[in-house]
Amino acid sequence: MTELFQLPLWTPFGPWDWGLSFEWAWFLSTFAGILLIALPLMLGVAMIIYADRKIWAAMALRRGPNVVGPFGLLQSFADGLKVFLQETIIPSASNKVLFLIAPIIAFTITLMAWAVIPFSAEAILADINVGLLYILAISSLGVYGTVIAGWASNSKYPFFSAMRASAQMISYEVSIGFILVCVVLWADSFNLKEIVEEQRAHVWLLNGFVFNPLLFPLWVMFLISSLAETQRAPFDLAEAESELVAGYQTEYSSMAFALYWLGEYGNVLLMCALNAVLFFGGYLPPIDWAPLYVVPGLVWLLLKILFFFFVFSWVKATVPRYRYDQLMRLGWKVFLPLSLFFVFAVSGYLMATGHYTS
Amino acid sequence: MIHILAFYLFAVLVIASGALVVLSRNPVHSVLWLIMAFFNAAGLMVLVGAEFIAMLLVIVYVGAVAVLFLFVVMMLNIDFAELRAGFVKNAPLGALVALILLAEMVLGIGAYRVGIIELGTPDGTAAPLLGEGNIENIGALLYSRYLFLFEMSGIILLVAMIGAIVLTLRPSRAVRAHQDITRQNMRRPEDATELKRPEVGKGVDL
Repeated sequence: MTELFQLPLWTPFGPWDWGLSFEWAWFLSTFAGILLIALPLMLGVAMIIYADRKIWAAMALRRGPNVVGPFGLLQSFADGLKVFLQETIIPSASNKVLFLIAPIIAFTITLMAWAVIPFSAEAILADINVGLLYILAISSLGVYGTVIAGWASNSKYPFFSAMRASAQMISYEVSIGFILVCVVLWADSFNLKEIVEEQRAHVWLLNGFVFNPLLFPLWVMFLISSLAETQRAPFDLAEAESELVAGYQTEYSSMAFALYWLGEYGNVLLMCALNAVLFFGGYLPPIDWAPLYVVPGLVWLLLKILFFFFVFSWVKATVPRYRYDQLMRLGWKVFLPLSLFFVFAVSGYLMATGHYTS
Repeated sequence: MIHILAFYLFAVLVIASGALVVLSRNPVHSVLWLIMAFFNAAGLMVLVGAEFIAMLLVIVYVGAVAVLFLFVVMMLNIDFAELRAGFVKNAPLGALVALILLAEMVLGIGAYRVGIIELGTPDGTAAPLLGEGNIENIGALLYSRYLFLFEMSGIILLVAMIGAIVLTLRPSRAVRAHQDITRQNMRRPEDATELKRPEVGKGVDL
């Protein structure tokens, strides 16, 4: 896209050359790319909140939002406007600077991770060769939004919530790390685009690591871990309303609260995208069959993200909340040994079958 | 030009947040500034072209170690007056530690300039590369040339971990409520309940 910005601009008086140097063209094109990802993402988050509420309502035999706009489609925008017009209340005993920075951190970090997601074979903002490590690094930063909010609120319930959230996210990151190691071993790269390309016709004609019997259990673990990592039900202990009021968000109001809201759903979408990219072939169609490639890769990726979002909503509507010790047991005593075993199994299989020729 | 701007941005932020780690009065703020310093150091690593090290810095230090720091510091009930009272007493010790660190840095840079440490040549060009990218290079070096040191450090970490577990392990004399989830799941109604139909006026043997 950098070259696009170096092209002469069309004007009524004939082409006009900007005379942009490569550096400035790169700067401008990256900026445009960020906007191209972030703005549709925000719109997508607004619609996905609506979808979540509709799915949840349908499973509870309710109607869900149906008043604002046709089928209630504009509900999220109405909520956004309402929240925007509210007063921002800052508790007098809170640590004011950190209190206001925390939601900004949570929201920004959600947006940052989207930089390396390959939307199609060409559309990647940052095609870096440590893409997966970048995602791990950014998702490990996600704790700070919660922990700082809990501490800066200077209130009991948010503090408990922050403690829970940090312990939970550290626990599940360990097993997620091992699962990603298996994927990287098989794909032989940390670059997300190369990981997707490696899944082309991975098992017979099927595109995706998930069809591999050795990697399928890893996907199941990854799906559950991503539920825990985004603090969705059944692992939403950090904001368990029956115990902690609203968890770390208790003292927040207005836009600060809305930023957490947007960040949370942005994170859920990111985890759905990761499920799609790492195990379901990302922008590739499910079957390696030429006519399917007519549909653009972006559409396939979006369909997969929406499918996983439906699964997330489905789980939220049907599964009761875990107890905290059960959550820790699942993370450390079940997923950690299992994923470690699969690291041995996958690397052993790859060595035995001569996957690495060089 | 963007490169140079980015370098000075990261460098200034590293030094400033490093200073604020020492200067801020609230220990939680200190930890947050420390995280800021780690993060900007990672940015500097990216500028040098060591993106793998940068990511590891963020994952390990910012994502795990600093979270635990923050966790502990938040839970501590620190008496600030007492902390400040010890300042004059400990100042000579602090100065000594700072001096030793400075000497180590001078020694290290000196050894590097002379060419004893093989990080590259003293004129700034990089060490000879083996593979294609950053990750391949580090992997190829770690698992061939520095294999012994690498495995040694792994064993040391393992021993430290086992030591930490042993230190906190206590033979539990008191009977603790212990949940055995497999046993709970295996339990059927027939094992737990018994249907009796006692005659009128007669009890049940338990």
